[in-house]
Amino acid sequence: MSNGHITIIKPKKLFSLSDLKEVWEYRELLYFFTWRDLKVRYKQTAIGALWAIFQPFMTMVVFSVFFGGLLQIPSDGVPYPIFVYTGLLFWQFFSSALSDTSNVLITNQAIITKVYFPRLLLPLSSVATKFMDFAIAAVILVGMMIYYGYTPHITGLLIIPLLLLITFMASVGFGLILASINVKYRDVRYALPFFIQILMFVTPVIYPASIAGKYSWILALNPMMGVIQSARAALLGTTVLNWTLIGISLAATTILMIFGIYTFKKTERYFADII
Amino acid sequence: MEPIITVKNIGKKYNINHQKGGYITLRDIITNAFKNPFSFLKTKTKNILGIETKEIFWALKDVNFEVMKGEVIGIIGRNGAGKSTLLKILSQITPPTTGEIRINGTVGSLLEVGTGFHPELTGRENIFLNGAILGMKKKDIAKKFDEIVKFADIEKFLDTPVKYYSSGMYVRLAFSVAAHMDTDILIIDEVLAVGDAEFQKKCLGKMEDITQKEGRTILFVSHDIKAIKQLCNKTIQIGNGQIINFGETENVVEKYLSISNDITLEKWENNKNEFNNDYFKPEKFYISKEKNDELSINLEAIIDKIDNSLTVGYALYSEDNTLLYWSYQIDGDNTDIPKLQIGRNIIKSIIPVEILNNGRYTIELIGGIHNKEWLFEPNKGNPTLTIEIDRKFNTSHLWTKKRPGLLAPTINWKNK
Ligand SMILES: Nc1ncnc2c1ncn2[C@@H]1O[C@H](COP(=O)(O)OP(=O)(O)OP(=O)(O)O)[C@@H](O)[C@H]1O
Ligand SMILES: [Mg+2]
Repeated sequence: MSNGHITIIKPKKLFSLSDLKEVWEYRELLYFFTWRDLKVRYKQTAIGALWAIFQPFMTMVVFSVFFGGLLQIPSDGVPYPIFVYTGLLFWQFFSSALSDTSNVLITNQAIITKVYFPRLLLPLSSVATKFMDFAIAAVILVGMMIYYGYTPHITGLLIIPLLLLITFMASVGFGLILASINVKYRDVRYALPFFIQILMFVTPVIYPASIAGKYSWILALNPMMGVIQSARAALLGTTVLNWTLIGISLAATTILMIFGIYTFKKTERYFADII
Repeated sequence: MEPIITVKNIGKKYNINHQKGGYITLRDIITNAFKNPFSFLKTKTKNILGIETKEIFWALKDVNFEVMKGEVIGIIGRNGAGKSTLLKILSQITPPTTGEIRINGTVGSLLEVGTGFHPELTGRENIFLNGAILGMKKKDIAKKFDEIVKFADIEKFLDTPVKYYSSGMYVRLAFSVAAHMDTDILIIDEVLAVGDAEFQKKCLGKMEDITQKEGRTILFVSHDIKAIKQLCNKTIQIGNGQIINFGETENVVEKYLSISNDITLEKWENNKNEFNNDYFKPEKFYISKEKNDELSINLEAIIDKIDNSLTVGYALYSEDNTLLYWSYQIDGDNTDIPKLQIGRNIIKSIIPVEILNNGRYTIELIGGIHNKEWLFEPNKGNPTLTIEIDRKFNTSHLWTKKRPGLLAPTINWKNK
């Protein structure tokens, strides 16, 4: 009568692998959420795509003038503009994904209180949207690499997807934790932009990690440091690729992601009640 | 045959926050922790030990029922009875606190019209988005696309962003998408209340089609008794979070209405052109039943001169003519009282039935210019209405008749 589709609804639903399977079953909706966000973004602001290029580009220009030009911040021997732009490219992916993910439950509360679907789709789609911005902004980097005459190693190109994966997991993992807190304590979101700003300064975006000297391994706990340093190494040849560093970042983000999903799942069942 | 839905001992507990603005802020918690570290620690330990400090409220308690395939079940009950909560649990939006539900098929729920519609997107785009949110597969939406558009009757505006739609078009489109869901079970919360009468009729027709031709199971919450009677073979009546009645729609509805309908609704009209005065000349004085089954007293009058000291209202007397109370239109918060103007005014107030005993009551129009003169002096032949109250004081089937005492307020008891 019903092709064997049986649902059992019970009080406590603990995190299990079937949750991930469910996300897979709902992949079409994930696609639709992402499609919606992209569509609205690039429709609302006719200059949406331009904005994705303009924002990191202008930041790069301003940073180059002040930090590279006036303050003479070292840049591992490559021109400061391309040095900082490589950092910004990944950093903006991370920071905008993080801030969107943290607010995703609040911005989608109308749907959350009216329809069932795995809530994980929302943060996932909000991060997926950022891939588009990344791709657009990356065009500038390619232009700069041609201008400054950098040819990346083949390993360098191959490692980019891995770095993107780490960035993705870091922003989703961290974002899920913040999103869970954000539903409960509504003032958290006002502190968030400030917090993200601070994060940028403890991540080697505008300065090289080598500045920290022998303490740079502490920075390695920050996965974005591993990502940005490796990206520079791979694309610009600033240093040799440090696989240990990538390994640490990967491990750290995996733990972060698991913890994030766990926190999110734990509070998930009450979202609809307290939103 | 195995039921398609089995609901066992379902209960739902909410914590009621008395926090300002409804939300807790981290700032409050942190300042509290600093200001009163001891009481903060105390509540924290209490929370950890599981000693409840928050106020709790059971929106549903001990709900049990079964639904067979192809049945159309109506769900009725007053505001706040727990109908929407039940539907939310059935559609997995919120988990139950106790009990278990077993569902033998796919569920589609329509708790709101147009969930997830995005104003910037066109009608066409929203059909796909909304369909996906409701759980439809992309290829199914594509297959039914023409049908959806035709039912909604919006062909011309298909490529216009829905923010330019009239509210009627919006509702039509949204309902149309939902009506084409292909699930075994359809759960609908009073969504038809929006939209014009003609479209409502069309929707009801569509729903009848769905159930009769396609043999689907529907759970349908509505305050519209006519629609319930037309569509549902069985009906559940919920009150205070519990099932009060479940059975053939005819019987359940009849009992449900009789709780408040036994009260004959009286009406006085100023046919004899009495009580002539400039400040408040009564035209009509009557009792009416509100949408949510509350009873209200209505007073219609012509005002030629505004006097700020005007007080009008009614006196309520019990069967043996004991005065129970007076109530005036100026009662309560000054910003919240009815504004009177030159010309025709209609004011009303809810009868606090929940404090009254069963029996016959007299309602007398009273009023005057405060400290100056009576316009309708009590017991001097003012318009009166009588009302028969016959209500249940609880849902336990104990003590359902008249109580001793003048009043019989329904007061909630709790476990300490
Ligand atoms: N998230 C929540 N937190 C606390 N209390 C809630 C919450 N949701 C609902 N309630 C309470 O639960 C009770 C039942 O609400 P529900 O929405 O189920 O009523 P209903 O029967 O659908 O009423 P209506 O006819 O007005 O739609 C109400 O008293 C309501 O205030
Ligand atoms: Mg409701």
